[in-house]
Amino acid sequence: MNVLPTPVLLAVDWWALGAVLALSAGILLLLLLEFFPAQARSNRSAIVALLTLAAAGWSVFHVRDAKREIFGGMFVHDGFTVFFTLLFCAAGALAVLLSWDYVKRTRINQAEYYALLLSATAGMIIMAASNDLITIFLGLELMSLALYVLVGFQRHHLESNEAALKYFLLGAFASGFLLYGIALLYGATGTTGLGQMAAVMIDSPMLGNPLFLLGGLLLIIGFGFKVSAVPFHMWTPDAYEGAPTSITAFMSVGAKAAGFAALLRVLMRAMGDVQADWIPILSGLAILTMTVGNITALLQNNLKRMLAYSSIAHAGYVLIAVVAGGRDGAASALFYLAIYAVMNLGAFGVLTLLGREREERVLISDLAGLGFRHPALGIALTLFMISLGGIPPTAGFMAKVYVFSAALNAGLVPLVIIGVLNSVVAIFYYLRVTVALYMEEPQGEPVYVSWATPGVIALIASVVLTLWWGIQANGLLAAAQRSVLGLL
Amino acid sequence: MNLPLLWIIPALPIAAVALNLLVGDRLGRRGIAWLACGAVGLAFLAAVRAALTLAALPEGERQVVETAYTWMRVGDFSIQVAFLLDPLSTVMALVVTGVGFLIHVYSVGYMAHDPSYRRFFLYLNLFMFAMLTLVLADNLLLMFVGWEGVGLCSYLLIGFWYERPSAAEAGKKAFIVNRIGDFGVILGMLMLFTYGGSLQYERLFAMAPHVFALGGGLITGAMLLMFLGATGKSAQLPLYTWLPDAMEGPTPVSALIHAATMVTAGVYLVARCHVLFELAPVALQTVAVIGAATALFAATIGIAQNDIKRVLAYSTVSQLGYMFLACGVGAFGAAIFHLMTHAFFKALLFLGAGSVIHALSDEQDLRRMGGLASRLPWTHATMLTATLAISGIPPFAGFFSKDEILHGAFASGHHVIWLVGLIGAALTAFYMFRLYVLCFRGPSRVTPEAAHHLHESPPTMIVPLVVLAALSVVGGWVGLPLLAGGHPFERWLAPSVESAAGAHGEAAAHAMSAGGAWLLMALSVAVALAGIALAVRAYLQDPEIAGRLRERLRVVHAVVFHKYWVDEIYDALVVSPIYRLSRWLWRVWDVKVVDGTVNGVGFTFEGVSAVLRLFQTGFVGTYALIFTIGVAVLLYHFLRG
Repeated sequence: MNVLPTPVLLAVDWWALGAVLALSAGILLLLLLEFFPAQARSNRSAIVALLTLAAAGWSVFHVRDAKREIFGGMFVHDGFTVFFTLLFCAAGALAVLLSWDYVKRTRINQAEYYALLLSATAGMIIMAASNDLITIFLGLELMSLALYVLVGFQRHHLESNEAALKYFLLGAFASGFLLYGIALLYGATGTTGLGQMAAVMIDSPMLGNPLFLLGGLLLIIGFGFKVSAVPFHMWTPDAYEGAPTSITAFMSVGAKAAGFAALLRVLMRAMGDVQADWIPILSGLAILTMTVGNITALLQNNLKRMLAYSSIAHAGYVLIAVVAGGRDGAASALFYLAIYAVMNLGAFGVLTLLGREREERVLISDLAGLGFRHPALGIALTLFMISLGGIPPTAGFMAKVYVFSAALNAGLVPLVIIGVLNSVVAIFYYLRVTVALYMEEPQGEPVYVSWATPGVIALIASVVLTLWWGIQANGLLAAAQRSVLGLL
Repeated sequence: MNLPLLWIIPALPIAAVALNLLVGDRLGRRGIAWLACGAVGLAFLAAVRAALTLAALPEGERQVVETAYTWMRVGDFSIQVAFLLDPLSTVMALVVTGVGFLIHVYSVGYMAHDPSYRRFFLYLNLFMFAMLTLVLADNLLLMFVGWEGVGLCSYLLIGFWYERPSAAEAGKKAFIVNRIGDFGVILGMLMLFTYGGSLQYERLFAMAPHVFALGGGLITGAMLLMFLGATGKSAQLPLYTWLPDAMEGPTPVSALIHAATMVTAGVYLVARCHVLFELAPVALQTVAVIGAATALFAATIGIAQNDIKRVLAYSTVSQLGYMFLACGVGAFGAAIFHLMTHAFFKALLFLGAGSVIHALSDEQDLRRMGGLASRLPWTHATMLTATLAISGIPPFAGFFSKDEILHGAFASGHHVIWLVGLIGAALTAFYMFRLYVLCFRGPSRVTPEAAHHLHESPPTMIVPLVVLAALSVVGGWVGLPLLAGGHPFERWLAPSVESAAGAHGEAAAHAMSAGGAWLLMALSVAVALAGIALAVRAYLQDPEIAGRLRERLRVVHAVVFHKYWVDEIYDALVVSPIYRLSRWLWRVWDVKVVDGTVNGVGFTFEGVSAVLRLFQTGFVGTYALIFTIGVAVLLYHFLRG
């Protein structure tokens, strides 16, 4: 049983909750500021959002070495939390920079946009920091509800509406599974706390307890939906394509990382003893996810859709890391997610610059000849594609190397072979982008590039990190390895 | 100790890349040419300096590692960005920078009229950086960075004239076929890292005999996977198909990347990892067999091709086969020796062919050449030198290295492989002299408009030809058995490529009587002369013979002319199934019917209702259905298990 938090409110270590508090304050501020009408092209909301994210990031960073539990252990502040909080804040900040001009030109520049973006970030942080199934669910819903609205934020855009509705309906469907799983786990162990669950298992092993195993399975399905694992991925291409591109960029990395954060913590903290039961299931999901993602991506002509399938495939690679487990497996998942975040945000970031006003120019054929007309943009997009494809000396290569070597160390030879084969196939569609950039002539009017300083800053940051983590991976690697110590 | 400053060798070309990117548009053509050639020239000087530093060390200590920083640390293992200078990497660095420099200079003339001058030298310098990283790396992972880098540059340079669809296609093909090979390298590397405990050469090689059983499944698998990578990069069976198509690139690129340097990376990899290959006799045997088979197979195709660059491409495939053959029989020193001499004469052949193509206003078909000897005296003289060298006529460079290989094969008891190599040598002499005769001798078949513009190439193109011609003559002499106490080249390489088995092979070789060695040598010269004589007879003295032969061996000719239909077979067996699978998956997993209809209807009430109706009746339901099926399958699996 959970002991209710003692009424001594002051005993709560608020610093451990700093990021979420900062974000909540920022959200309130944004909504309050709406009472003072601003011009359509105002930067006010974006600046507030950016500062909020910076404050949230700083608030965890400056207590990064502390390890605390609050609210009766429902919420923990450890290396894992810090790593993911910083990741979400950074992804959020890059998304704000990419949105800056994009929302103005697509005329969705409203304070709510940024408020929802911050809510989603807060939800992600809660998911990563939760040590209890109930709070995980809370975080997940906070994140999801915000994202449902954001996906449909282009109210006058039919595809955006369609995408939001589909995402919402299927998301609700998946949440049902998740909740049911939590209920079963509660029934089996009498607790929703991950730590207590682990303790129960030491006393009376849950091996073979169908209630427990079924609950865990439903949990995996629920998280599988959020990280778009096949066959729970069907919403992904539609939602990614319909959403405003800046939101696609954000959710493709944030929601995925949050899903994996929760999955990792649940599996490693609460279900370590029954890991053998999950390995075949997660392995099967990993294989299916990589293969379906990569092969379906081959024929896509819409870049957002192609990158959606690519993001499905990347979820498959991370699943390999999850299956590998242990220190290196978990650390390689974190490492991969961080690198995936910068390169994928970069790739979508380039797309946010294409087209004028509300025009969407995201077909591969729209890129024709772009590499010569805008060399810097061409090089940046090529770099992101190379990195997503896992070719050295980019960060994407190091990420794959670490995941595959961790998996091989765990003896997952077939999984590694399928993973490497997949990464070979994947090159083909990433290459199509560079072929279009440099080896095709534009048909019709060449795409217009809406240059915007904040977007360019975000792209430069992504380029630098994509290269830097390829050339000097050690810093991030060490951070990832330190961050998972608390889970073991 | 005097530090050799290794990092500066790859740093020079990458610095040139950076400068070209930053200020290239202000430099003008002259400036770009100076920048690109200067950087590679300086890199060559730096390599020479490093070689001299190394040579000054006593023989046992010729191995210098220069660590830049720690790249990544996994558990107890760390991977450094570090460079290794030893006899093998010295030879490679000298060949890459030396031949590379000459080809850069040649390109200044060859590409003079190309609008994308700057882009060309940008890619070329980037390639030099990647190639030097590949050969100087101190561990497999850094080597792989160079490995992928050269692949990428090769792709960019093959597709350099992307306006031609065939060039863009060829570039893509090269890249994708190479990815299949890379799949092998990545897996092999991961296996070595996991079970061998390190990727750093010295540690890995020291550890390997203790952790891998001789001939064990693990090491055999790992080395076969590595060799798969080598067959991709070095265009061996079954992954050679990209190289002939790669001739779509500018000719200097064919010379630099697809003859002298990049395609030899696979040979380098095998020689570098010879300690590991020797632990896996099955893998080594495979290397020998694949090498010999490719040497013969590609030579037969080379006989029937009419495009001057394609003949040379198949010849390159065949010669690389010889190098692998040498590795496979344990004669690693001979393989690197042939790698070096081949770099000289094959680069020369390509550059010479480029000079011919240039002179004939972009004509590549041998059937529209002929009689060019007097019109292009420099090109002719240098090409003849190279042709003699590749045919294995003493005292030209190719004779020594090829003889060394055949000798190694015979002496180590691989008699069948030796015989295949010998037949290949005869075919080589035949198709090369066919090319020579069709191009330079006999009556002119040049089209009138090409004849009108016919001119010898400018000095920036001729000078590299002459230097390479000189190297094609004397380059083999470093392997003279009689010179300076016997074979200085092999003795120089010995610390890098010799080991228990190598020494064994050496002993066996020495066991062969001197008379036997002379006999082998005489035999290989004899078959080469026979090949030459036949080619001269069939294509110069009595052209009827060629026609009659073609008539009589119609089936054989058709098979060879169509390159054994390998491309078509691959297309049917590999490419279209993947394509079909993707289409099928697309249809099953990506039920997107809304596309056109919704966009057309626009934001109207009918539109909304149409969409909503779609929601209610179909799509989300489909998605949820698939979701549920997934759940059901998992549950079933779970409850059953």
